[in-house]
Amino acid sequence: MLEHAWIIPALPIAAAALVGLLGRRINRFAGWITSAAIAGSLLLALRLMWDVLAHPGVKEITLPWLQTAGGLMIQMGMLIDPLSSVMLVIVTFVSLMVQVYSLGYMAEDEGIGRYFAFLSLFTFSMLGLVLSNNLIFLYMFWELVGLSSYLLIGFWYKKPEAANAAKKAFVVTRFGDMGFLIGILVVGYFLNTFNILALGDAVKAGKLAGGLATAVALLLFCGAMGKSGQFPLHIWLPDAMEGPTPVSALIHAATMVAAGVFMVARLFPLFAASETAMLTVSYIGGFTAIFAATIACVQDDIKRILAYSTLSQLGYMVMALGCGGYTAGMFHLTTHAAFKALLFLAAGSVIHAVHTNDIWKMGGLCRSMGITTAVMLIASLALAGVFPFAGFFSKDEVLVSTFLAGRMDLLFVGLLTALLTSFYIFRMFFVVFAGKPATDKHAHEASWVMTIPMLLLSILAAGLGAATAPFGHFLQASFGAPAMETEYHGRLIPALATLMAVLGFAWAYLVYLQKAVSASLLMRRFLPIYTLLKNKYYIDEMYQWAVQRIMFVVSRALAWFDRNIVDGAVNGVAWLCRLTGDGLSRLQQGRLQTYLIMFVAGVVIIIMVVLASNPTVLAWMK
Amino acid sequence: MTLTLTHYLLASTVLFGVGIYGAFSRRNAIGLLLAIELIMLAVALNFTAASNFLGTAGGQVFAVFVITVAAAEAAVGLALIIAIYRNQKDVDLDKLTLLKW
Repeated sequence: MLEHAWIIPALPIAAAALVGLLGRRINRFAGWITSAAIAGSLLLALRLMWDVLAHPGVKEITLPWLQTAGGLMIQMGMLIDPLSSVMLVIVTFVSLMVQVYSLGYMAEDEGIGRYFAFLSLFTFSMLGLVLSNNLIFLYMFWELVGLSSYLLIGFWYKKPEAANAAKKAFVVTRFGDMGFLIGILVVGYFLNTFNILALGDAVKAGKLAGGLATAVALLLFCGAMGKSGQFPLHIWLPDAMEGPTPVSALIHAATMVAAGVFMVARLFPLFAASETAMLTVSYIGGFTAIFAATIACVQDDIKRILAYSTLSQLGYMVMALGCGGYTAGMFHLTTHAAFKALLFLAAGSVIHAVHTNDIWKMGGLCRSMGITTAVMLIASLALAGVFPFAGFFSKDEVLVSTFLAGRMDLLFVGLLTALLTSFYIFRMFFVVFAGKPATDKHAHEASWVMTIPMLLLSILAAGLGAATAPFGHFLQASFGAPAMETEYHGRLIPALATLMAVLGFAWAYLVYLQKAVSASLLMRRFLPIYTLLKNKYYIDEMYQWAVQRIMFVVSRALAWFDRNIVDGAVNGVAWLCRLTGDGLSRLQQGRLQTYLIMFVAGVVIIIMVVLASNPTVLAWMK
Repeated sequence: MTLTLTHYLLASTVLFGVGIYGAFSRRNAIGLLLAIELIMLAVALNFTAASNFLGTAGGQVFAVFVITVAAAEAAVGLALIIAIYRNQKDVDLDKLTLLKW
């Protein structure tokens, strides 16, 4: 099976090509073709994971690709280990759920063929990224992921907001990718290989140390910051909500944002080589976690709440990785993929029913949308980290990893974030599903193609926690050293985390369901904070300011320099040549005898010069 | 008084000077052509004088060549002047200034 792992990404890209090239003629079947391809990939991925489970270890299949003169070999190949096999299953499973769901959600869209082609391209890119065994291919697929997300966020390109959001996502992630690329080239230059396993060995052999290791790790992390929406490159993710909702599910769960976390996990030895880099990574993660969670507490758009929630949860994962909690980060990525995809699909189902994103225009949906309410509740409980749902276990591992790394400040941040997480998700849940309907429009439950994927995902969101211990042991083979979180068996951290979740729940319950505390009163009491949060800490405005006041001013000065000095020099040279030519052409008078005189004078001068430089003549003249 | 090489060279120089002066100052194209013939003859005279002085035949052979070339040049020059005259109805060099910028 291992040799045939290439079929897993090949199926979606073949389907994408087929559907994309045949165009509108097969619009009706497009979704079924691509879904079938992804289903095939999922089965193969499961089979592959089975094989890896049976024979744990790291296997590499390579073909030579480029041989440079300097002896640097770039290979084309696949790295199959527990990490990639787990990621393959997550990506194909979530993609399949999203594709099937889209069959219902996007049924009335005329660009449906294009949609499914892009979706498959997205899945292909991510699968390729997961399987890559060297940094060059990782980067190529990394950019493909960026491209496909651009295409899908801007899927409704006639909407200016969607087109702008797509551009924003592309440009913002580009900032991170630039650092990533520089990091890759620096690594290649100093270690003379791009192969991930070889890099790990080189780092273990101590070939990368000190300031260089820190610089490399931070440069590589730039890429993860862009893709995984870490502060301050997070601004594209909430705007990416302009795309179709299933796309959001895919971006937030399996393909786009997972890429950054996966990359850090994949190149973990490079990061672990530098203490400073790990510290930076963990603090950026922790800051993003609490920063995004506070914003999520005041958003009105159901998808934006979820988007900020994703940012916050990604912050958790990055924080865990930065604390050395390799399996914790990956396990949270896995459970998060399940419950966040579910949250988005359920949100999509709600939007599909009521045709609005504003939670205040919903309300009372639990009566008309039973299944959606149930799965949303499961997903919310999982996100809030309530026992025994999946989020409880993974969040617990994340917190334990910070504790074991001895970072009490990060543990505190994590717990506070857990409280906020629980609050904002139940705020959303109560406002949307409980209470009185805000409109007279009768909402109805979605069709079975939309509910079945949700039900399947809800099983995972509820039950994935059971896999905690096996998952950890399984993943360790990818990393070598035993993960440390297995050493912790205390009760305190799970208890505290649960307490936080319950507190958050109670807070949301009192304010939004029981209405014991008036929401508007709270808002007025804390108006400055509310305004700050509502405007997302004015980060977008700061970027706007920086671009307008700094970048544009510098650009204008440079443009002036270019136009007047650089172009001026070029034009000046041309002007001078023309002037000289004009002047010299006056010599051409057309008078034969003037030419003759000049000719004779010239010959006389030449003869005199030749004679004067001749020593015999000089001697004679004296 | 016998004729020495110097005399020949002096005569040649005078001839050359007259030719150059004529070439510079004649307004008429035919006059220019004649002046150029004079310059050529000055050169030919130089060659023969030198040949006589050195006692070799090479200079005289070259003088014959120069005369031949002068004849050919005169033929071509006259043909050109006739062509110009047919075109411009004039052979005044001051008025033939078509070949300028």
